Amino acid sequence: MIEIDHLTLTRDGLAILDDISLQIPRGGITAIIGPNGAGKSTLLHCLAGLLTPASGQVRVLGRDIHRIAARDRARLLALLTQSPGAMPRLSVRDLVGFGRWPHHRGRPGPEDHAIVAQAIERFDLGAMAARDVETLSGGQKQRAFVAMAYAQTTPWMLLDEPLSALDPKYTRDIMDRLRDLAPPPGRRPVEPATVEETRSVLLVLHDLQSAWRYADWFVCLKDGRVLSHGPRDTTITADLLSELYDTPLRLERAGDTSVILPA
Amino acid sequence: MRRLIPALIALAVLAMASLLTGATNLFDSPLDRSMVLAVSRLPRTMAALLAGAGLALAGVVIQQTMRNRLVEPGLTGTPEAAMIGLLGVTLIAPGAALLTKMSVAALAALLGTAGFFALSTRVPRHDPMLLPIVGLIYGGILGAAALFIAWTTDLVQFVGIWQTGDFSGVLRGRYELLWLIAALAGLLWLFADRLTILGLGEDQARSLGLNYRQTVLAGLAIVAMAVAVVVVTVGSMPFVGLVVPNIVSRFRGDNLRDNLGLVAVAGGGFVLASDVIGRLVRWPYEIPAATIFAIAGAAIFLGLLGNRKARAHG
Repeated sequence: MIEIDHLTLTRDGLAILDDISLQIPRGGITAIIGPNGAGKSTLLHCLAGLLTPASGQVRVLGRDIHRIAARDRARLLALLTQSPGAMPRLSVRDLVGFGRWPHHRGRPGPEDHAIVAQAIERFDLGAMAARDVETLSGGQKQRAFVAMAYAQTTPWMLLDEPLSALDPKYTRDIMDRLRDLAPPPGRRPVEPATVEETRSVLLVLHDLQSAWRYADWFVCLKDGRVLSHGPRDTTITADLLSELYDTPLRLERAGDTSVILPA
Repeated sequence: MRRLIPALIALAVLAMASLLTGATNLFDSPLDRSMVLAVSRLPRTMAALLAGAGLALAGVVIQQTMRNRLVEPGLTGTPEAAMIGLLGVTLIAPGAALLTKMSVAALAALLGTAGFFALSTRVPRHDPMLLPIVGLIYGGILGAAALFIAWTTDLVQFVGIWQTGDFSGVLRGRYELLWLIAALAGLLWLFADRLTILGLGEDQARSLGLNYRQTVLAGLAIVAMAVAVVVVTVGSMPFVGLVVPNIVSRFRGDNLRDNLGLVAVAGGGFVLASDVIGRLVRWPYEIPAATIFAIAGAAIFLGLLGNRKARAHG
């Protein structure tokens, strides 16, 4: 569980996050949604321990994320930043391998190699393992980065806009894989025997439709405050979305899911 | 290591050529052959190899730290800052030991480079060309300051020597400080993973548990020391830190674990080749290695620029 306690973060005297208190449950996929400039990315970076709040506390699995050593933090959660686009020329295998760095700090053991191999297999990167990451298509590249975060074998995976600039095929590909890692609370993850722990995925999503389709739990952020949070079906309503995005929206049933449309 | 063998063989051939090339013909000379080799040729060859390796490694580190392939120590104010430090110590304590002078120069170089790093965080990232241009101006300002200090204190000729890398003055007993570069290369090997991770960007690096500030500082310190020791002993050489890492990166990628060895060998090789060519074109007179490298380097740099337009790294 991630417990956020009166979290306030200021930049140039302005409150970017304003007294946020909530809890994000373990297991499943949680989406942080909200309009542009709501502070979604800032919140994610703050939860990842990379931004220091002006006041308040973040506890991940009971530990104050801003007070533990960087190495311990990197074993508790993996953060994938938004389109790390400008990147060095690294092979896919090397990139995924760096996910193990917090564990071995430069001296990889057999277990590290095994997990990297498993991550490459799990994310279907075997055919391109020796290729430079920058020669891959946008969707493959993103898959390689998610595989790196996966190889970090942390209980929590934090992803900042992992679907930006991906077409529907790759969106689905990434989200289905995350779904397997972090099934809805109560269901068992599709995990190989070596990695037993359940993953929890927390992501910032811009695309409402994907958020609705895949996330179990929502944190709705507006102007640095939490407008609402909770499980999808009781939290996300047309009224809430309209208020959140300052424009009339409605939820329409379509088969076994719903679509979000302008009202 | 096995993949380095062809490069090492080429380097050995080059080193042989260097030992045999010079104003004195080894096979027909009244001078003692082994003495010429031991006092002049061997030190000169080693100096060119070490200086070239040092500058090329410094280039890799600064590019990784700043996440921009188009910067190099000569574009981050590093040699100019080292010169200001050298001028300072020459004025205050003219009789100081070489090691002291070099330490002061290294410290000044670190301050100058860190200053540029701080500046670089404010430079917009969308165009990777912007940072080297800012660096050019920054280095120009520091260079002008160094020249002004030198001019008012009658030390201009020193600045001239520090600015133009030249190995003609290298003799046994006057280059050994350059071996520090071998130690720095060893240190770099230990930091290789950390520096590669820096290339993923600050947030991603920190999320992998890297102490970002500490790693950047260590990288900049290694750059400053390598550049300072080169400036003090043989003079600065532009383009080495830019051209060599860019060429190696094409073939070997940016994982420093894989490419550091080749960067060092190629840097040493290119600089030694420039020195050998400089000794040959106007034989028995010489052209400074830095001049030769600058001509070849400028051409390669322009080629790289043409290629980079489409794909930005910055």
